[in-house]
Amino acid sequence: MTYALHLKCRECARTYELEPLAACEDCWAPLEVVYDYGRIWSDVRRQDLAARPATMWRYRELLPLKEDPWVGRFTGFTPLVPATRLARALGLGELYLKNDAVNHPTLSFKDRVVAVALSKAHEFGFETVGCSSTGNLANAVAAQAAAGGFHAYIFVPADLENEKIVATEVYGARVVKIGGNYDQVNRLCSEIAEKYPWGIVNVNLRSYYSEGSKTLGYEVAEQLGWRLPQNIVIPMAGGSLITKVQKAFEELKQLGWVKPTPTRFFGAQATGCSPITTAAKRGAPEIEPQKPHTIAKSLAIGNPADGYHAVKAILASGGAGEDVSDEEIVEGIRLLAETEGVFTETAGGVTVAVARKLARQGRLRADESTVLAITGNGLKTIGAVSGRAEETAVIRPKLADFEEQYLRLEHAHA
Amino acid sequence: MPINLRIPPPLRRFTAGRDTFASTAQNLAELFDALEKEFPGIKKSLCQEDGSPQRFVNIYVNDEDIRFLGGPGYRFHDGDEVLLVPAIAGGCESPCPSR
Repeated sequence: MTYALHLKCRECARTYELEPLAACEDCWAPLEVVYDYGRIWSDVRRQDLAARPATMWRYRELLPLKEDPWVGRFTGFTPLVPATRLARALGLGELYLKNDAVNHPTLSFKDRVVAVALSKAHEFGFETVGCSSTGNLANAVAAQAAAGGFHAYIFVPADLENEKIVATEVYGARVVKIGGNYDQVNRLCSEIAEKYPWGIVNVNLRSYYSEGSKTLGYEVAEQLGWRLPQNIVIPMAGGSLITKVQKAFEELKQLGWVKPTPTRFFGAQATGCSPITTAAKRGAPEIEPQKPHTIAKSLAIGNPADGYHAVKAILASGGAGEDVSDEEIVEGIRLLAETEGVFTETAGGVTVAVARKLARQGRLRADESTVLAITGNGLKTIGAVSGRAEETAVIRPKLADFEEQYLRLEHAHA
Repeated sequence: MPINLRIPPPLRRFTAGRDTFASTAQNLAELFDALEKEFPGIKKSLCQEDGSPQRFVNIYVNDEDIRFLGGPGYRFHDGDEVLLVPAIAGGCESPCPSR
């Protein structure tokens, strides 16, 4: 049973059957899943959802599966954390963290998209799945492929950090090291998806995969008591998440599950890789590719596939794109950890630092509700903030040393 | 020596499955015209109405995005390897070894 009708090209509106397709055959643009909202409206009531398990599948009618999910059955419904201490630090009022740093099973929002992609892969009959990635996507595909009984090939450039390879290989995935850069790795995946009967999540399963991102938006609305925030700050790599959260909010309005209140979408990037925010600041959606140079590697896509649509979503909402330096990203990670006890990866640092910048600019205001999308866990990018721990002095196991080294210093600071 | 174009899977429906095309075109516009002459109908899939490349097609010359080489006006050199890639597969994540 599915409410998904077909795939539709975002640009030329050509429609396709619900099949594993990478892009529109006519204009190469991304394909969007279209649903029968009238039937969903008549079949499902908002209050029906309350009795369902607290996972992303409580919104199953708005996802493109025909059958029950094959993998990721416990994914999603991560906490929406009221962030009063961070709000005070930023000069904001009603502020929340959507904390996907504790998503199941691999601690990032990619668990959502992979849960849909691999469940769809099972429906299509794929026995082998794969992706190209440097981190969160690799972890999520490898883990959920293991749980779903798929063979998995994860394509990475040969010079990827060893920690990331270990954290993917541990699930039994075949990590294929490519002697080339990410463009070349991705292009290879594209050719593999054409030649072999494999489901590559970010190529021929992309239309389904990206639908999983919508669940972050549904959850925010439900956790706010079925209302939409006035502002949401979302980190951007390829630009898909922000467009899908916007789609989620529009769907909820269409179904009458929330009041049709406006939300301003703010897209966050690192200045060292900011093709989408650069275009948004220019006020036009055309993307100029960049060569990434930032510590926020999970956001470092210089030629973002959904950048064009992300800019359109941002501008249409009255929001903005903003970017921050690597130093500000580290400050953002520390600020979130020190105020709210949430340790996020560099992408979350980008989101927090951009929120601080927007607050200082007066574009996020204290009398408005704001949600920050924290999309990944700090333990995955520990190198970004490990400097201070290494500088900590070692003392002898003597009370006097402790008092001398720490308490006196703190009294002096008090 | 001509340039060599690798024809991506989505376009092979125009080429009866052929995956390479050699051409003496001097630039992208000439290459698209040469393709159209050989494989009628293919150009519509590559270009917008004004002749500029489709927004969601990424064009690489010797592994470099043509937009880093001066854009669609780039003048081909002998032996250039040209690739057309759907934008979904064209991300360039850090660290790019070519940086």
